[in-house]
Amino acid sequence: MNTDWLIPLLLVVPILSALVMLVPSPWFDNRRNAWMWSLVSTITTFAISIYALRNFQFAETGMQLTGEIAWVPAFGLTFSYGIDAIALWLVMLTTFLMPIVMLGSLTAINHRFREYYFWLLMLEAAMIGVFVATDIIFFYVCFEFTLVPLYVLIGVFGSTQRLRAAAMFFIYTFAGSMLTLAGVLYVAWYSSRLTGSWSFDIQTLYSAAQAMSPTQQGWVLASLLAGFAVKVPIWPVHTWLPLAHTEAPTAGSVVLAGVLLKLGTYGLLRFALPMCPAAVVTYAPYVGIVAVVGILYTALICWVQKDIKKLIAYSSVSHLGFCVLGLFALDSDNLGGVGSVMYMINHGLSTGALFLCIGMIYERFHTREMALMSGLGRVMPVWGFFMVFFVMASVGLPGLNGFVGEFLTLMSAFVSPSSVLGVEYASFAALGLIFGAIYLLYMTGKVVFGPLKVPAADHGHDAGDGHGHNEVADLNRREIITLTPLAIGCLVLGLLPYPVLESLEAPVEAMAARAKLIAQQQQVQVVDAQPAADVEVAGTELKATLGTTQVSASH
Amino acid sequence: MNAMVEKFATLWPEITLLIGAVVCLITGLSPSLQVRKATAWVAAAALVIAGLIVPYMEPTTSVLGLAGMTSFVKMAIACVGLVLLMVTAGVTNNLRQSKASDAARKFEPGNAIRGEFFAFFLISLAGAMLTAGADDLVWLFLALELTSLPTYVMVATSRDNIRAQESAVKYFFLGALSAAMFLYGFTLLYGATGLTDLAGIRTIALEQISLTGDVSPLMLMGLLMSVVGICFKIAAVPMHFYAADVYEGAATPVTAFLAFVPKTAGFAALIILLSVVGWPLDKTPSVGFDGGDALTYLLWGIAVLTMTVGNVLGLLQNNVKRVLAYSSVAHTGYILVGVLAGPALVTQNLVPGPLGDGLAAVLFYLVAYGLATVASFAVLGCLKAQGEEAQTFDDISGLVRKHPALAGIMLVSVLSLLGLPPLAGFVGKIYLFGPAYSHGFVYLVIIALINSAISAAYYLRIASVCFFGKPNEQLQVDTAPARVAGAAVAAIGAIVLGVAGAQLIDSAHDAISPAAGEVTQNAVEATTADAGF
Repeated sequence: MNTDWLIPLLLVVPILSALVMLVPSPWFDNRRNAWMWSLVSTITTFAISIYALRNFQFAETGMQLTGEIAWVPAFGLTFSYGIDAIALWLVMLTTFLMPIVMLGSLTAINHRFREYYFWLLMLEAAMIGVFVATDIIFFYVCFEFTLVPLYVLIGVFGSTQRLRAAAMFFIYTFAGSMLTLAGVLYVAWYSSRLTGSWSFDIQTLYSAAQAMSPTQQGWVLASLLAGFAVKVPIWPVHTWLPLAHTEAPTAGSVVLAGVLLKLGTYGLLRFALPMCPAAVVTYAPYVGIVAVVGILYTALICWVQKDIKKLIAYSSVSHLGFCVLGLFALDSDNLGGVGSVMYMINHGLSTGALFLCIGMIYERFHTREMALMSGLGRVMPVWGFFMVFFVMASVGLPGLNGFVGEFLTLMSAFVSPSSVLGVEYASFAALGLIFGAIYLLYMTGKVVFGPLKVPAADHGHDAGDGHGHNEVADLNRREIITLTPLAIGCLVLGLLPYPVLESLEAPVEAMAARAKLIAQQQQVQVVDAQPAADVEVAGTELKATLGTTQVSASH
Repeated sequence: MNAMVEKFATLWPEITLLIGAVVCLITGLSPSLQVRKATAWVAAAALVIAGLIVPYMEPTTSVLGLAGMTSFVKMAIACVGLVLLMVTAGVTNNLRQSKASDAARKFEPGNAIRGEFFAFFLISLAGAMLTAGADDLVWLFLALELTSLPTYVMVATSRDNIRAQESAVKYFFLGALSAAMFLYGFTLLYGATGLTDLAGIRTIALEQISLTGDVSPLMLMGLLMSVVGICFKIAAVPMHFYAADVYEGAATPVTAFLAFVPKTAGFAALIILLSVVGWPLDKTPSVGFDGGDALTYLLWGIAVLTMTVGNVLGLLQNNVKRVLAYSSVAHTGYILVGVLAGPALVTQNLVPGPLGDGLAAVLFYLVAYGLATVASFAVLGCLKAQGEEAQTFDDISGLVRKHPALAGIMLVSVLSLLGLPPLAGFVGKIYLFGPAYSHGFVYLVIIALINSAISAAYYLRIASVCFFGKPNEQLQVDTAPARVAGAAVAAIGAIVLGVAGAQLIDSAHDAISPAAGEVTQNAVEATTADAGF
């Protein structure tokens, strides 16, 4: 059966259903109607992505379900798309999270429903677009366009400091990605001189960029990092994130932590590793240091947070440090790359779920201050169960999903060639795990367990689905339905990660192969305490390899 | 003499506009209100006819090799002009007559239509079209002035407010100063060559370059003076001072006119003047500082300063019109990047395709910028706060609650100006910066992109005030159907050009590419620009 239409459909369904919401009909002004419409739309999208999963040939390498639509042929610009296993799983994560986000939004929003769901649907389309794009400008278009919906979501539906948070979020990421655009155009121009025609096809750009001198690659890497590091975010450019997370509505936080941060790591994996392998090997130790410092520094910050949501926000920065560490480990078995992608998925599930749990608390009490609440597990046992469950998943309890990614990324840092990362990186990063356990368990202990202390409920507001005003209601059916799929996902990926891990190996190898080769060649030079002549030979070999590529690329 | 006759035969679009202007003057003075109200329709008809005949009027012989550009610019002016007409149509309707005149007081104030406004409108457009087709210094000067002179009157009469008069006077005097500068530059060019004919001047210039590797100092001086004078028309540093004040003082729809028409004419004039020496501007990069370097450095410096000054000052404003004025200054800076890069030259072994062609990018970007800017000013023109034009951020606060469609148009236009994909501004920026890389202006591209990042702050401020601000109770939306429609058309244009702009890009490319070969036939020492770090 012809499956060419699957990927475009993934984009068209959310966009069309968003546009339909612009129809000036009073039907959409109703809270439930707007909610139901977008819920049905996201579930449809999820169903389509399941269908794509079933049509995906895991045995094959390379992009599948590809196709292209002309955009500006004269520039070599096309809307071309396709997925490999990395993109597939991240698309699945997106389409899986969006219905859950919609489910959780019914009572969280009290005004301008139409706008809210419109932008959430547009956001979904943009995020899927990022993962399926095989034209770098198409990727960039979607990458940038994610800013607008989230900007509006934070700015209109956020809490008190929302304007500042929205502006900071937008300007930080936009400024970074402008430099990325400079780098991308540079690579495209370089490629055009090698191949004789302009193209923004990612595969074409790979070979061109690899033919660049290490210095040029270094600059390209710097420009890519400028955009992607802000998005991840890597310390020290993470400062927009806690504010954006704290001010965003629950749905915004879930999408931000669940998918948007992964756009940065995905960009690093998809572009930085294959495009500038030589520079990646050279600068990996520095990126590693930054990642480790980020892991530890933000973990310590988490420890002293009083606001639960902020704590989880900072923990994201800390956790994504592992992700970056894994990407730049370049170990021979791809533990790092595969673990990193796994980490992206797992973090999306568990942190997204934590934000939902906190959102449910916020809806009830209108506060997120840890000092004001304690022992909530006594009055809300179901909520307490989910909270502890997702905290455990996030901490990395073996058997739950968080463990898989953490283990693999740390492992990769251990076995990484000593010229890239090494034991010292791994040991310090492992310290971050301990900190992570401390601050998350400390928070859980305080909020879920301990003597009962319920914040003064907001009487003016009908929290939840119509429960009483004075007594604290546990989760209702809708909220349980919201959290259950996430819990199942955490459990399944924790117990049975192999199918996913296996499918990721080949595409990650395709991304990291060149960087690994260069790293190993350097390793030979460093480890062999041979006379200088041997080193020279190795160096010449390396140069010869690079030279061959250059020649083959230029013809 | 024959050449002149042939030239006139290609001027039917301009002639149509001038006829339209005369008819506007007549209908505008009619005692019958019905006839007076038809004036705008007369202007529209003139524009539509002019636009329709442009494609058939392409000069068969083109001494400067810019015939394609001429047609493209004329077409762009006709199309955007039509949108501008929709936006400005209501300006004079509600205008009260001058209080000084007794006779005027009897004139029905509420329903007055000023025919002369539309006449000036059409004359200015005709001037811009003539500029694009200039091949003679005198012609160029007269055409540029024909573009500007009506705008002074349009500014002065657009609003019943002392600020409009003030800004018109300011605009006039600074305009006169700049005209004096480029006229002085033209006389030096004449002095250096004894010719006013640009093709002749170019022949002499290229001869000089082939003999000595440089143009004569007198000619260089003339070129530099002309470029600086034309900076006024395009609102580039150091001649940008008027922009914010004049844009603020004029009625908002007229501001939209100022932000597009004189700028387009200015860029056409700049390209025509620079084609005298041809691209690359610096023909002997191996030689130290020479005339080509002087021109390159001058334009490089102007581009960087213009975008930086525009963006930084844009950040500091509290008046939306001033913000958009500085945004227009900043965009001049971006467009200058394309002018500096120049067309794809046959001798440079550049990769074929539009991304080597800076001038085509300029043409495309002018349209993309024009649509977005016109849309943003048009939205502003629909709004009133406390009976006055809405100007400050507080005035337009919470627009989305009052009129979601206008807020949406505002959002699209500022995001397109910002260069957010997939809108026209984004494609335009790729188009501008691709050639700049090809021609070796790597740092210029990086500076421009950093500037784009700076501009995010003030564009977002406009969007955030409209969408997140507390609704301003004083805000009234004057939904003149023509103006709202004009804004909508412009905004939709900005989206369409971004998502499906291939057609326009191709025609911009075709407009320039034949010229490239012709201009460079005589280029003496072409160079392969290499932009390695």
